[in-house]
Amino acid sequence: MEQTFAANRRQFLKGSVAASLVISFNLPMPKCVAAASASEFAPNAFLRIAPDNTITVISKHIEFGQGPYTGIATILADELDADWSQIRVESAPADHEKYANLSFGPVQGTGGSSAMANSWEQLRNAGAEARARLVAAAAKEWNVDAERITIEKGVVKHPSGKAATFGELAGLAQTVMIKGQPNPKDPGDWRLIGKHVPKVDTVSKTNGSAMFTIDVKLPDLATCLIARPSRFGAKPKDVDPAPALAVPGVKEVFVVPEGVAVVADGFWAAKKGRDALKISWDETGTELRSSRDLVKSYVDLAKTKGAIARNDGDADAALAGAAKVIEATYTFPYLAHAPLEPNDCVIRRTEDGGAELMFGSQLQTVDQAVAAKVLGLKPAQVKIKTLLAGGSFGRRATPAGDMAAEAAHVLFAAKHKGPIKIIWTREDDIKGGRYRPIFVHHLKGGLDTNGNIIAWDQVIVGQSFISGTPFESAMLKDGVDQTMVEGASTLPYLVPNLRVSAHITEVGVPTL
Amino acid sequence: MVTLTLNGNAIRYDGDPSMPLLWFLRDAQGLTGTKFGCGVAQCGACTVHVNSEPRRSCVTPVGTLDGADVTTIEGASGKVTEAVKAAWVALDVPQCGYCQSGQIMSAVGLLSQMPKPTDRDIDLAMNGNICRCCTYHRIRAAVHDAARRLEG
Repeated sequence: MEQTFAANRRQFLKGSVAASLVISFNLPMPKCVAAASASEFAPNAFLRIAPDNTITVISKHIEFGQGPYTGIATILADELDADWSQIRVESAPADHEKYANLSFGPVQGTGGSSAMANSWEQLRNAGAEARARLVAAAAKEWNVDAERITIEKGVVKHPSGKAATFGELAGLAQTVMIKGQPNPKDPGDWRLIGKHVPKVDTVSKTNGSAMFTIDVKLPDLATCLIARPSRFGAKPKDVDPAPALAVPGVKEVFVVPEGVAVVADGFWAAKKGRDALKISWDETGTELRSSRDLVKSYVDLAKTKGAIARNDGDADAALAGAAKVIEATYTFPYLAHAPLEPNDCVIRRTEDGGAELMFGSQLQTVDQAVAAKVLGLKPAQVKIKTLLAGGSFGRRATPAGDMAAEAAHVLFAAKHKGPIKIIWTREDDIKGGRYRPIFVHHLKGGLDTNGNIIAWDQVIVGQSFISGTPFESAMLKDGVDQTMVEGASTLPYLVPNLRVSAHITEVGVPTL
Repeated sequence: MVTLTLNGNAIRYDGDPSMPLLWFLRDAQGLTGTKFGCGVAQCGACTVHVNSEPRRSCVTPVGTLDGADVTTIEGASGKVTEAVKAAWVALDVPQCGYCQSGQIMSAVGLLSQMPKPTDRDIDLAMNGNICRCCTYHRIRAAVHDAARRLEG
């Protein structure tokens, strides 16, 4: 993984530069053709038009409730002048060359409200290119001037009365080439953007057919639950698998870095098997402090200056000379993100010797690299099918690829040859860490005699969840994790004497 | 041996009677529209109808269902269900959607008993169904909308 990301970190820093447009939609033709079936039109990595007139939009962003499937489809549908009923959406495979989040650098992933913003220009251009090729195909078919061809609700028309659907033109559009990159529409011509369109996933989410990870059905699929320690980092010392193996339906029991895995036919057998396990844990070196202990130590630390994240003017001098000083300490507790669909992942070996993971992957490039490392594969040998996820709220954006690692550990150790679905129970989720971290902020503000803020001194104390992950060298500098000072070090208000500093604490509770 | 009706079909089951209905539906019957959220009747994602009333399938052992009539989101039908589904679609209620099968089954249960619920009635009847995306405002509006559709 180190190698995979080493070259990329510098670019990651230049996220906003990358966003200025390095895209994959002008793929060389042979690749496009390879992706398209017979008379399908697959102009770029973001859409396919089938002879049955359906348009499949390929979303590089996971859908877990914020609506990117609908938003992304809206950009393309508007640019194409498609009819909304033609639109389907499917998730993109893990492929950071085609599907990087342009605001993250060369990493495919979703987060920070960036899905629409980074896709906007990319998809407008992708849609404009597809539209121009449909028009060129119609012009060729009808032997008319392309300039007089219009498209309305998915129907390509010419004043002579000729008309065709996208589906009818798909085969020909796949073979025509256009010169240059056509301009996207003017905002005045938008017909869907800015208007209400029905969400693409609403119907399937009202009749039970929407496919989440937990719903995956495959031949010979086994279910795996993992007995996890009650202290983070504890390791199984003695395991008696016999009572678990005696439960009907339990196939095997084995140790993985995360705990003791029970693989069974279905959830209930796995759960009963796990409940029956007898495990003693080695808790050497685990975190023993309570939340209360931690908060107390943080509050003390917050009274001292930390590593500097921003330093404008002279906060100390301004505070000393202020007409009034206001001081306060703010404490935030550990919080479980608790998405309603607990962590889960389906993993299997593929016929070509690789592996496939099917789950709510939020950082596909990380998950792919992490699973590959565990399984001794190259990242490209690991496929990820990103599925709808029952919320995330931050929980799935594990910068160290926890769920992918866990699934790969299970697959690596299992004797079961078929696919395995790992499910976390709610108890696993609440006790399982990756909490929003405890943070303490100590603020001192200085006012002048007119009540203007002349000084602001903010000390932030908490754990870094970037530390030890592929994002560390880009986002953790001089003792400051950018994610823990964001909003404070970037304070947009004009305060002449502003100091923001941070203390990173080391605690054995994983956070996110 | 348990004999029950599931979405109109007679089913015989002679497996582990302690298995919760939720896992019988999902793993044995392949009906995955009913969701696992907590396993302890605290979130409502697993709500189905047993003898026409909402029930948390995650804490209902199959062994207790001899002779019962079970309906899941896949099998739910009739005027009230159609009205609720139409309202859910019209108002684009779901976000991540994971809780919505349970929400709909609870809403159908409510409107079957109480055709014209107030905000308070809705809040009380639906309060065991958690939506982590907080679609509650649209759920309430959709229940009212479904009630209007049933009137008309």
